[in-house]
Amino acid sequence: MDLTTRYMGLKLKNPIIVGASPLTATVESIQELEKNGAAAVVLHSIFEEQINHEMHEIDHFLFHGSEDYAEALGYFPEVTLSNLESEHYLDEISKLKKCVNIPIIASLNGVSKGGWIKYATKLEDAGVDALELNITYIPTDIELSSREVESLYLETVDAVLQSVNIPVSIKMNAVFSAPANMAKQFCDLGVKGLVLFDKPVHVDIDLDVLNSLQNIHYSSSKDLSETLRWSAILYKRINASICASTGVKNHEDILKSMMSGADAVEMVSAILENGVEHIQKTLQDLESWMINKEYDSIEQMKGSISLSHTSNPAAYERANYMRVLTDYTH
Amino acid sequence: MSITITIDANEAVARVAHKINEVIAIYPITPSSPMAELSDVYSMKGERNIFGSLPEIMEMQSEGGASGAVHGSLQTGALTTTFTASQGLLLMIPNMYKIAGELSPTVFHVAARSLAVQALSIFGDHSDVMGVRQTGFALFSSVNAQEAHDFALISQDATLRSRIPFLHFFDGFRTSHEVSKIELIDIEIMKQMIDEKLVHAHRKRALSPDNPFIRGTSQNPDVYFQGRESVNSYYDKLPDILQKSMDTFAALTGRAYKLFDYSGEADATKVIILMGSSCDTVEETVRYLSEKNEKVGLIKVRLYKPFSLKHFIQVLPKTTEAIAVLDRTKESGSLGEPLYLDVVSALTELKEEEKLELMPKVIGGRYGLSSKEFTPSMVKAIFDELDKEKPKNHFTIGINDDVTHTSLEFDDSFSVADEQTFRGMFFGLGSDGTVGANKNSIKIIGEETQNYAQGYFVYDSNKSGSMTISHLRFGKKPILSSYLIERANFVACHQSVFLEKFDILKHAQQGATFLLNSPFSKDMVFAKLPQVVQEVIIKKELKFYVIDAAKVAKQSGMGRKINTVMQTCFFAISNILSKDEAIHKIKKSIEKTYGKKGKQIVSMNFLAVDNTLANLYKVTVPETTQGKIQMRPLIKGDFNDFVEEVTAKLIAGEGDSIPVSAMPSDGTWQSGTTQYQKRSTALEVPVWDPNVCIQCNKCVLVCPHAAIRSKVVEEPLLNNLPEDFLYTKAKGKTFEESEMFTLHVAVEDCTGCTLCVEVCPAQNKSQTNLKAINMSSQEPLRKRGSELWDAFTKLPAYDRSKLDHEKAKETQFLEPLFEFSGACPGCGETPYIKLASQLFGDRMIVANATGCSSIYGGNLPTTPWRKNSEGRGPAWSNSLFEDNAEFGLGFRLAIDKHTHNARETLLSLKDELGEEFTSLLLDANQKDENGIFAQRQRVKELKEKLNLIQGDSASRLEELADYLVKKSVWMIGGDGWAYDIGYGGLDHVLASGKNINILVLDTQVYSNTGGQQSKATFTGAVAKFAAGGKPQIPKDLAMMAIAYGDVYVARVAMGASDSQTVKAFVEAEAYDGPSIIIAYSHCVAHGYDLRYGMQHQKLAVDSGLWATFRYNPVLRDEGKNPMIVDYKEPKIDVKNFMYQETRFKMVEKLDANNAKTYLQTARDHAKENYKRYKNLERSMQPQEEN
Repeated sequence: MDLTTRYMGLKLKNPIIVGASPLTATVESIQELEKNGAAAVVLHSIFEEQINHEMHEIDHFLFHGSEDYAEALGYFPEVTLSNLESEHYLDEISKLKKCVNIPIIASLNGVSKGGWIKYATKLEDAGVDALELNITYIPTDIELSSREVESLYLETVDAVLQSVNIPVSIKMNAVFSAPANMAKQFCDLGVKGLVLFDKPVHVDIDLDVLNSLQNIHYSSSKDLSETLRWSAILYKRINASICASTGVKNHEDILKSMMSGADAVEMVSAILENGVEHIQKTLQDLESWMINKEYDSIEQMKGSISLSHTSNPAAYERANYMRVLTDYTH
Repeated sequence: MSITITIDANEAVARVAHKINEVIAIYPITPSSPMAELSDVYSMKGERNIFGSLPEIMEMQSEGGASGAVHGSLQTGALTTTFTASQGLLLMIPNMYKIAGELSPTVFHVAARSLAVQALSIFGDHSDVMGVRQTGFALFSSVNAQEAHDFALISQDATLRSRIPFLHFFDGFRTSHEVSKIELIDIEIMKQMIDEKLVHAHRKRALSPDNPFIRGTSQNPDVYFQGRESVNSYYDKLPDILQKSMDTFAALTGRAYKLFDYSGEADATKVIILMGSSCDTVEETVRYLSEKNEKVGLIKVRLYKPFSLKHFIQVLPKTTEAIAVLDRTKESGSLGEPLYLDVVSALTELKEEEKLELMPKVIGGRYGLSSKEFTPSMVKAIFDELDKEKPKNHFTIGINDDVTHTSLEFDDSFSVADEQTFRGMFFGLGSDGTVGANKNSIKIIGEETQNYAQGYFVYDSNKSGSMTISHLRFGKKPILSSYLIERANFVACHQSVFLEKFDILKHAQQGATFLLNSPFSKDMVFAKLPQVVQEVIIKKELKFYVIDAAKVAKQSGMGRKINTVMQTCFFAISNILSKDEAIHKIKKSIEKTYGKKGKQIVSMNFLAVDNTLANLYKVTVPETTQGKIQMRPLIKGDFNDFVEEVTAKLIAGEGDSIPVSAMPSDGTWQSGTTQYQKRSTALEVPVWDPNVCIQCNKCVLVCPHAAIRSKVVEEPLLNNLPEDFLYTKAKGKTFEESEMFTLHVAVEDCTGCTLCVEVCPAQNKSQTNLKAINMSSQEPLRKRGSELWDAFTKLPAYDRSKLDHEKAKETQFLEPLFEFSGACPGCGETPYIKLASQLFGDRMIVANATGCSSIYGGNLPTTPWRKNSEGRGPAWSNSLFEDNAEFGLGFRLAIDKHTHNARETLLSLKDELGEEFTSLLLDANQKDENGIFAQRQRVKELKEKLNLIQGDSASRLEELADYLVKKSVWMIGGDGWAYDIGYGGLDHVLASGKNINILVLDTQVYSNTGGQQSKATFTGAVAKFAAGGKPQIPKDLAMMAIAYGDVYVARVAMGASDSQTVKAFVEAEAYDGPSIIIAYSHCVAHGYDLRYGMQHQKLAVDSGLWATFRYNPVLRDEGKNPMIVDYKEPKIDVKNFMYQETRFKMVEKLDANNAKTYLQTARDHAKENYKRYKNLERSMQPQEEN
C-alpha cells in the first residue's frame, strides 16, 4: 500500500504530521513519534513575544535598580548570558536533525514585521526542512479595517518569504471574509502550504475570580468540518499544498481530509489523549480501510470529493446550509 | 604597544591583583566591593593568573574572617590578597599584626573610606588606613586609576622582595569609582615584574607536614621584645627595595615613580605635602600658580610607612621656607594628624642630622573628610596662608568652622579650569540609565579618540527616585581635576522635573550648552520652565536643546529607558566627533555593552540612536521670560528652626554651606523629618474607591512607605471637611454605627510601586479590571491630594486600646511611626518595620545593623522614624554592621538596670507612696497594650506624687520612673548581619535569656551593597560571588535558634499570610525572653517587578522554599505544643516560584545543566524541610496523661 504523499515539496511516508505541541518539544519525544510512524513533525511553537520578551525581561531586570545608589551600582554579577530560550531552540533543532530522519517543520508564531522575522533565517540555518507560520491576529482595534488586517498578514508573510529559501506554510484561521481569496493571495506571494485551520483558543470567564481567560480544548472530529469545506474549495485552485488540521482524530478523518483535497494532516489531540501508539494504530486502520475499499495509494484519493469532483457540490456551499435550515424547520 | 582603556581604579587594581594572586579572600564593603566582584567574575570566566592557574575567590562572613583566611593562606604558601575599606580594614587589624609580624608578603588593596564615628559615611578619606599604620604594613598610596593599576603590581614585587606586607590604598569613590583613561600593563610585563624565585621562596616558608616547624608561639618577657626588634632591618631595607621595583617598572613601561614625588618649581619656597587623589588637584593648581610666577610645589607621598628620611630629603627643595601638610583624616586630641606629625619629626631629625639647612615653618591641616570637595581655590588659600608670618596651624579647609575657628577662608570664584577642556554635567534619575550611558560615552571618548577623559558620578541618599549627577571631563591635556565640576560648559537635564526642584543651571557657565529632556515641543518648552530657570537661560545666553526622549525611547521599543537617546543627543550637540563617526561609535559601544544580553536588545538600541536625531531640536530662546511657573518647595509642613536651617539645606544640596555650629556634636539628630521632604517621585499614585473597598487594610499594611493610611473616626469630625474627602461607613464588629472609615494617600510621598493595587482583593463589580484602589497619574492629583492628606493627618487616631492587635486589619489603624523612608519603591523590608512601629513604636528602642535598613532608616538628610502625638516613639541607633545584636543587648542590660533601680527605689519609698499604689506599680501586668497604658497612667501619678516628696530617693525615682513601663528592645538587620557577620553575636544574644526581639529582614542577599550572596541565599540563585548560581542550600537560622529551647522563633512572609505575620510580631514581643522573627523580604536584587512582591512571597511559601512557622516556648510551659507549622505541604513546584525571578532564571541562561541540578536540589530541600518541620511539630506534641 502506498501511503506516501507530497507536502510542500517534501516527500512524506504517510500523511500524518504531528502538529506543534508538547509532543514535539524534545528530541526524545520526537524520536518516539518517528518510531511510531509519524511522517513529519512541527516543532513546538516559538512565539514572537517569547523571542522579544525574554531579551527585554532579562535586560530590564538586570538593569533595574542599577547605577541608582552609590553602594549598589548593580544587583547582579556581570555575566554573559548565552543560553537564551530562543537560542536554545536553535541548538535543539541542530541536535534533532542528527537524530531523526523525518522532515522537521519549525513553527514560528508572530504578527508584526519586527526583528523576530530574522529568526526565520536562523531556523533555516539550523536545518529545518520547512517553516510553518502562525500569524493569527485578533484585530481589537475598532478602527482597523479588514483590508488593513489582510495587508498586515500579507506583509508579514512576505517579509518571512523574503528571508528564507525553505518552503513556508501558513497556519490560517477561518475567520476571513474571503478565506479563499486570502489563501490565494498567500500562495501568490510564494507560500507553499496552507494549514487549515489554526485551532481556536476559546475564551471563557472564570466566575470565581471574575476574570476572563483562555482555554484550549481538545479538538474533536466535528471540528474538521470547516477544514473539509475549504480544502474542497481550494483543491487544485491554488499553487500550494493543503494540510488538514484541527479535528483529525483517526483514520476516517484522514481519509475525509485527503478526499476533500488535503495533502497531509496535522494530528495532536488524539495523540495526547491516546499516546504515541495512536499513530501506528491510525496508520493500520487507514491501510485496512484502503485495502477493503481497494485503494492503491493516498494520491489516488486526493481531492476525489473536492468541490470540483464531488457529485454534491452544494454540500460545500451556502445553499446547503439553507437546506439544512429548511429541513429543520419542516 | 600599550593598550589604553577607560576604567575606574577598582577595575584597574582588580585586573592586576587577579593576575598575580592565587587566593583572594574577601568580604564586600563599599567602595572596595567591585574589586572582589570583578575578581570573582574573572575567575568564573576562566581567566587565569600569570602562573597559569585560576585564582580561588572566597567570600567570607566578615572582614575579620577574610583576613584570617588570608593569613592562613599566606602561611600555607599561596600568593594571597584581599580588598577592603573602612570598618572592614579595622576588623582586619588583629591579623594584620600577625601577617606583618610573621613577615608574610601580601598586598591588601584598600579603597580608603571614612570610619563610622558620629555617623557612618561610605565616602572617601584616610581615617581607615591611618587606623592601621601601627600594624607593620607598608602604607603605599596611589593618586589615580593609572597609579592604582601600576602600584598594584609594583607593591606585589616589593612585598615579595622585602617580605613586608603592603597596604596599597587609593581614595574611595574619588579614585575607586572615577573612570579615566589608563594604559594597561601587559601580561608579559607582569611576568617580568614578578620573580618566580621569590614566589618559590614564599612557598618554601609555608607550613607543611613535609617540612614541619612551628610559627606563632607564645613568648615571654625574656624574648618577646627582642623578637619585635628582629624585623628592623627588613623595614630599613624596604624603601630602597620599593624604589628599585619602581625603577624596574619604569624601565618596562616608561612610567616612573618615586617614594616621594615632587612637582613644581625647583626653587619653591612654599610646599604642600599630601597623599591620595587630591595630589592631582594640588598639582593642577601648582602648575597654574607657577605660570603666574609663584614659587610653589608639592610632594606626593607614595610610601608613607615606613617613612624614608633619605628619600624625603632628596625631593624637598632646599629653598623651602614653609610647608603645609595635609591630612585627610582627623585624630581628636592629637597634637596633629599623622602625616603632619611624621613630617615634623622628619624635618627635626633631618635638621639634627644636619641634612637640612633651613628649618621651614610647618603647618598641618585637615581637608576632604568623607569626600568633602577639595578644589584649587582651597589649595590657593593654603598657599596664601603660608605667606603669613603666623599661618594657622591645625587648620581645616573646605568647611566653615565657626566654633573653634580652625577653617581657612577660600575664594570659590578662583578657578584653574582649562577652557579647552569639555566639562559636562548630566542630571539623571537613578533608574533612567544616565550614569550607564555616561560611562559608555566616556569610554568611547577615552578609547576611540586622542582625548584624555574622566567620568565621576554622584548619587543621591535615597534608594528611590534618586538623582544622579555625572561629571564628565575630556580634552587634549591630561586631566588632573580630582574634584567635581564647578562651572560646566555643557549641562544636560534628563528629567525635566528636576528643574522645578533644584537650581541645576547654577553650574552652567556663560554661553554653555543646555540639553533638556522634556515632553514639550521646542516651541512650548521654554514657557513650561520655572521663571527663575528661564531667567538664567536668558542671562547666561545658554544654547538650549530639547528632546522628548521618553517618546523616542517608546518608539524604539525601549520603554522608559532613555539612556541611549540622551547619549546620542550629547554626541550630536557636543561635536566631539563627526555625526557619522559618533553614531558609528555609539553603535559599536552598544554592541559591546548589550551584546551579552542578546541581539534583540542591540537592535532596539540601534533604532533608538537612529530615531534620536530626528527628534532633537534647538530652542529659540526669547528675550523675556514667559509664564509664572514657580519652583516647587522642597519641604513642607510645620517644622522647627533646625529643619529649616539644616535639613532644608541638605535637601537642596547646599549641605556644604552648613557651619560647624549648626551641627550636633555627638551625632544626635531629630527624628521624623521625612514628613517634611516632599519628593513627589511617583508617576502614578493609588486612588481609593470607597464603594468597592471592603476595608481589609491590606493596602495600608503592605505600603513600604506608609503612604496609604486609613482611619476610623466619628462622623461629625468629617462634617466640616470638603466634599471630595472620601469616607464610608466603617465595617466590622469593633466599630460603632456612627463611625466612618476613610483611607488616604500621601501623593507626594508615594513612590508609585503599585504593591497596594496588586494586594487589593476587592474588585469593581461593574468593571472587573478596577479594584478598590487603582493607579492614576500623579501630576493632576498632587495639589489636591496634598491638601486632603493634610486634613486626613489632622484627624485623631483610633483608640489603640479598642483595637485587636492580633488582627492584621486592625493593626493598620495604629499610627505608623516609620514613614516615607528612602527605601526602594516596592521594598519588601519596610512593611515589617512599619508594622513593628505601629504595634510597639511608643515603647520601642531599636539597634539597627548597618545595611539597607540603616540607610533608609538613618541616612541624612531626613529620617523616617518619628514620634506620636504624645511625644513617644522609637529611639533608634546604628552602631556597626557586625555588632548589632550585642549593641541591642547593651540596651536591654541598661534598661533592665534602670528598671531594677527604679523598682528598688520605689520599694524604698513605699511608705510615702502607699503600699497599695507601690504594689500596683511593681506587679503591673504589661503584657498587652491596656496593661502598658494603665502602667503609664500610674507612672504619671507617681511623678506627681514624687514632686511632693523631698529627698534623693524621690528625685532619683523621678528620673527613673519611666523605666517602670515596659521598653521593647529590637535588633533589626538583614541576613548579611544575622546569618553572616553578626551571627556570633546574634547567637550569644539568643542564648542570653534576655527579653530582646530580633527582626531579620531576609532578602537572601546583601542588598545594600549590591546583591552579594549570604548564607541565606537560596539554592540556584545568582548573586555576586555566586555568579553561576548558588549550589548550597541556605542556612536554617530558625532551626538553630529553636535548638535553644527558650527562644521564641518565627519565620514569616507577609505576602503569604499577614495574620500569621502579625501574630508572630505580637507573640515575639510579648515573650519575656529572646525572640527572633525571620521575615521574607522581597528585594530589587531578586529581579522582577516588585509590584508583585507579595504574590512572590506567597509562591515562595506555597512551593515550600520559605517555610513559615512559629516556635513559642510559652506554649510549652502551658503544656501545649510550642511548634506550630503555619504553612501547608508544598502544593506548587519550586520552579513555579523560582523561574518567575531573574536571580533564578539567569542560571538557565548560563548553564542549563546546573539549572536542572539546582532545581532538583531546591525541590528536594522544600520537601525535606516540610517533613522535618512537621516531624518536629509532631515530636513536640505533649503526651496525653494516662
